[in-house]
Amino acid sequence: MPNILVVKGLTTQFEGEKGPITVVDQIDFKVKKGEVLGLVGESGCGKSVTSLSILQLLDKNGKISGGEVFYNNVNLVSKSEKEMRGIRGKEISMIFQDPMTSLNPVLIIGKQIGEVIEEHEKVSGTVVKQKVVELLKLVGIPRAEEIYYEYPHRLSGGMKQRVMIAMAIACNPAMLIADEPTTALDVTIQAQILDLLRSLKDELDMSILLITHDLGVVAEMCDRVVVMYAGQVVETTDTRTLLRKPRHPYTVGLIQSTPHQSKGERRLKSIIGQVPTPDQFLQGCRFADRCPKAMDICHSTIPPLFELDGQTSCRCWLYDDKKEEVI
Amino acid sequence: MKQFIVNRVLSGIVVIFGISIFSFLLIHLIPGDPVKIMLGINASPEQVVKLTRHLGLDKPLLVQYGQYITNVIQGDFGTSLKTGRPVLVEILERFPETVKLAVFGLLISVVIGISLGILAARFKDSIIDKLCTAFATLGVSIPSFWLAILLVMIFSVQLSWFPIANGTGLRDLILPAITLGVVASTMIMRLTRNGMIEVLSNDYIRTARAKGLRNHLILFRHALRNVLIPVVTVIGLQLAGLLGGTVIIEQVFNWPGLGTLAVGAIFSRDFPLIQGTILFMGVVYITINILVDVLYSIIDPRVDMGTKGA
Repeated sequence: MPNILVVKGLTTQFEGEKGPITVVDQIDFKVKKGEVLGLVGESGCGKSVTSLSILQLLDKNGKISGGEVFYNNVNLVSKSEKEMRGIRGKEISMIFQDPMTSLNPVLIIGKQIGEVIEEHEKVSGTVVKQKVVELLKLVGIPRAEEIYYEYPHRLSGGMKQRVMIAMAIACNPAMLIADEPTTALDVTIQAQILDLLRSLKDELDMSILLITHDLGVVAEMCDRVVVMYAGQVVETTDTRTLLRKPRHPYTVGLIQSTPHQSKGERRLKSIIGQVPTPDQFLQGCRFADRCPKAMDICHSTIPPLFELDGQTSCRCWLYDDKKEEVI
Repeated sequence: MKQFIVNRVLSGIVVIFGISIFSFLLIHLIPGDPVKIMLGINASPEQVVKLTRHLGLDKPLLVQYGQYITNVIQGDFGTSLKTGRPVLVEILERFPETVKLAVFGLLISVVIGISLGILAARFKDSIIDKLCTAFATLGVSIPSFWLAILLVMIFSVQLSWFPIANGTGLRDLILPAITLGVVASTMIMRLTRNGMIEVLSNDYIRTARAKGLRNHLILFRHALRNVLIPVVTVIGLQLAGLLGGTVIIEQVFNWPGLGTLAVGAIFSRDFPLIQGTILFMGVVYITINILVDVLYSIIDPRVDMGTKGA
């Protein structure tokens, strides 16, 4: 399968009091056509900033300071703001974590979905309305004709997220970025939303970049996974391998700290310490001071991403073939 | 919606009732015999007795009030002591002039306030923002009568662009309206600016950007309506204030509105006219407030207009 999205060396910085702070540091990953790629990591590891960087939706104080984002072999980073507007919502759409605050409280649902179509397609008002009602039905909203005229505060969280999804797929985008789409929802609703995303992906032939901290969601949805830690990619692999044979000590810790019903363990394991903020990044491996397997080299030199096989790469000195020589 | 308006009107009537008591008592709150004050020190005892009886001041307070409120409900606000014409006629004659001035002033303040507010927010922390803030600070701190006199000096006396306080035409309207507008615009501007900055950082603005919408749509369709929710309240209060008679500005420009009428009534101790003006201003104020509440609930769909009342 060809790649639809290729992120190469993407680096994003924010203006800080003591100079620029690098929040996303030379990220590389690819999304193949029709695939669901999971972007996993703890809060503050740079997942969301990565996704906002792809669509260049960063706040004023943040900017992409290096790297490239290829969408269908075209570099988005060099595009103008006007050109990016043509991409957003039309080619690449995005849904956000909190559907409660992501919809405008003073505009009716129908209008908020319809304006995406109005912006990107030259169609008449009645066609837009028809399309919006169809979209609402497609994402499983009952009484679509009535909901069209409702304001967001009259809908539940799950319904709002469905509206967000309808908005995102309105122009049949080839790529959907879903930033923690289920985090703010009840567990039962989470499953429904994930089901909906999966069926829409097949129906509309979309690729999805799914950002989450929830390995359960990953197991459910993703073909391949990119694990991020402190602004860097630490492991890239397919979902099966990730869950059965995690390589990076951080990934191992992440999986061990996920509750597991069948194992019946009394205490949940956790990774000691906390994710460092960008101004606390270590000189060597950023995970070194929390890592149970840390070696001397880990504290002094950042490991590169080691290619393990065609599918898997891992940023850890444990997988350095020439380990002996280096030490 | 109907219920909402009915509730608002009912509570408004209660407030107007309160104002009527106050304006009625005014005549008794003034130290000394009101009749003697009205007639002056040279009045003969017969005149005093006559006027006292004419005004009904010899009856018990409650009876007096009952008579007063019954008359008011029937549209009889009494007769002006000075001109001998019905108070309501006097007021209604002046009111359109005040409305004219208030509406133009408000229009100017809304246009200046909202556009400068958006501009300042859009270019936050830039020189434009700082200039707007300076303008707002000046507008708040300059006394309106001083600004009025300054404008008259520059534009009427020096440049002769506008007439000096002698009519009620459009050209006469411009300077007083600008004076009122500039002063009122500063509050609207600051509210719009701060509201805009806050609204633009909301998640739904990011959603709008993620849809690929053009900037003016994001600014005017998505942001401005949310910003306007608090701004409309202030605009309404300002309109109500302006309609209540802009006493000072009307005096400076010799504008024949309610403010001038009220000042004249106070100077000539025309108590029925003072009472009537107060009550009338109260009714106007409350009506505007009800309208603002209704408008508010139209702009912000989250405001509950249900049967639970307000």
